[in-house]
Amino acid sequence: MKKIFFPLTVCMAMVLLLTGCSSDDASSIRVGVIAELTGDMPAVGESCKKAAEMAVQQVNDAGGIEIAGKKYPLKLFIEDNAGKADQSASAAQKLITQEKVHAVIGPNATRYALPASEIAESSKVVLITPWSTSPKTTLDAKTNAPKKYVFRACFIDPFQGRVVAKFAMDTLKAKKAAVLYDVASEYNKGIAEIFRETFEKNGGAIVAFETYTTNDKDFSGQLTKIKKAAPDMIFLPNYYSEVPLQIQQAKRLGIAVPFVGSDSWGSQELLKLCGKDCEGYYFSTHYAADAATPVATKFIEGFKAKYANLPDDVAALTYDSFGLLFQALKSCGTLDRGAIRDALAKIPLYEGVTGNMQFKDGSGDPTKSAVIVKIKDGKFVYFASAAP
Amino acid sequence: MTYVFQQLLNALQVGSIYALIALGYTMVYGILTMINFAHGDLFMVGAFFCFFAAIFLNLPFVPVLVISMVGVALLGVVIERCAYKPLRQAPRVSAIITALGVGLFLENFTLALNPYPKQVPQLLANTTWIFHGVSISSIALFIVILSLLLMLMLDLIVRRTMVGMAMRAISWDKAVVPLLGVPVDLIISLTFAIGTSLGGAAGVMYGLAYPVIDPYMGIMVGWKAFISAVVGGIGNIRGAMIGGYILGALEILVVAVMPSTYRDFVAFVLLLILLIFRPYGILGKPHPQKV
Repeated sequence: MKKIFFPLTVCMAMVLLLTGCSSDDASSIRVGVIAELTGDMPAVGESCKKAAEMAVQQVNDAGGIEIAGKKYPLKLFIEDNAGKADQSASAAQKLITQEKVHAVIGPNATRYALPASEIAESSKVVLITPWSTSPKTTLDAKTNAPKKYVFRACFIDPFQGRVVAKFAMDTLKAKKAAVLYDVASEYNKGIAEIFRETFEKNGGAIVAFETYTTNDKDFSGQLTKIKKAAPDMIFLPNYYSEVPLQIQQAKRLGIAVPFVGSDSWGSQELLKLCGKDCEGYYFSTHYAADAATPVATKFIEGFKAKYANLPDDVAALTYDSFGLLFQALKSCGTLDRGAIRDALAKIPLYEGVTGNMQFKDGSGDPTKSAVIVKIKDGKFVYFASAAP
Repeated sequence: MTYVFQQLLNALQVGSIYALIALGYTMVYGILTMINFAHGDLFMVGAFFCFFAAIFLNLPFVPVLVISMVGVALLGVVIERCAYKPLRQAPRVSAIITALGVGLFLENFTLALNPYPKQVPQLLANTTWIFHGVSISSIALFIVILSLLLMLMLDLIVRRTMVGMAMRAISWDKAVVPLLGVPVDLIISLTFAIGTSLGGAAGVMYGLAYPVIDPYMGIMVGWKAFISAVVGGIGNIRGAMIGGYILGALEILVVAVMPSTYRDFVAFVLLLILLIFRPYGILGKPHPQKV
């Protein structure tokens, strides 16, 4: 053991030296991506990675981004956070200190975006999360003021919770609603609470408000309780890997009311895992591939040509995160991290795949609209939209 | 009343799976006084074997179950021979750390093969009968019956066969039994094979009941099964079965009468209280330490 220790230390020191040297060149724009490539939501990470590679390739094929008269190519660094909060923070640390990136895109889920955003904020590097919808991601925990360096490309949970509650009351004519959500996850909990608040304020009744914790597979106790409360609809603001189990178990218990979800349903994996069980249900999300603007159509065609499948909302939002960053880079005229942040915060209008966005009053949350999607014949189909 | 009955049925299904997995922990502990923390992950591997056998070999349920049980049993024996046997004389802590390592290896190996959650195809027809307002699904019923059958078989093996007698003898006294000509290594391997194959069977049934499987599914279920084994009295086979059903019932019944957020907290406080009054578990017997 002692004999191999010395060569091992030497090796490690050399690796550190080598990587230390290679990462210092000023001829390119360095963008880091933190994605959930493994862990409990690999489909999210995969979409994010694909869209990131596509966005970067498109810019590099056109010669790069022009800053102060000189064209800079983009260099992409992709890190896996393994679906863990601590690895998200260390990935952000690595990208910022070791790879010296100019901006970070990701992580996507709120529970991973939160720790990474803290690192970005304290290191004064722009971080754009494509998919984290919790208000907390862009707010400072102590002062409740907007974080300076953290942005997102999606709407926030309070907006989404209100959209779903309104939809349940107006379109589904629900008066009694039940909610089942993951109490250990920031995103699910936040959106469930806003839903309850809005639903009750508008004269509805929440007859069951049940919880479970991440990685639970058995929901029979909670669902039996929900069945006894006899709701008109059930709201499941949970991730795509859990929703199929919840709906299947509910059906096995003889529950026949409609289920409604949030943007965490919006992965093609949901359709694979759910089979026919999710047919006819609704969820709120960022965009619908079949009701797209010209900008979106161009992106969808490009994505389909490159990867032979439809982009989900994470892919679209990742692409928009890069779009926002590119627009900021073009307008700021320097590669200074602080200047990039200022340019981003002042974007007056960005026409993205997921709709038009703008950043106002130093906040990292864009103003934009949401859509309701229906699952029909094994596809996500546009149903309605809701303005900000 | 239908509500209570429905919740009891739910508890029976959850409890059956905990009990089957708890048996693996308790058997290994009984014979080696070592906790095989990789057992929860062997359960996960069982579910993945089931998935692969059903998708790639396109087999019906019974061969899938046999393949999973045999596959996991072989894996269990290999793990015992390669990872645990060299440490049999080492301090107990080393063996436990090795077991944790094997568990992590299994998780990350499966993860490296394919990180996506998988959907286990429906191997058995799923019908739901409504009986006086209580929904009984054929899968839940099947899980309870098959688990009880497997446990009955295990009980017979341990109490009525020569192998079972040898197992009990080794767990009684490891020093004298080899002198009587009992092949200790073979019996230990057999114990691992039987214990892990039950875990594999539990994996298959879990895949039937909760058809979305992923490499991390064994962690929480494994812990809960381990707790079941301790509550029942670790090392005691009937105790593990009882412990599994008790934990299943507690989890479901806490949800049934209290806000579901309190589930794990209340369930485990109740188990702690039980252990304060019966530190050796429900059926466990105190072993005075020989000095």
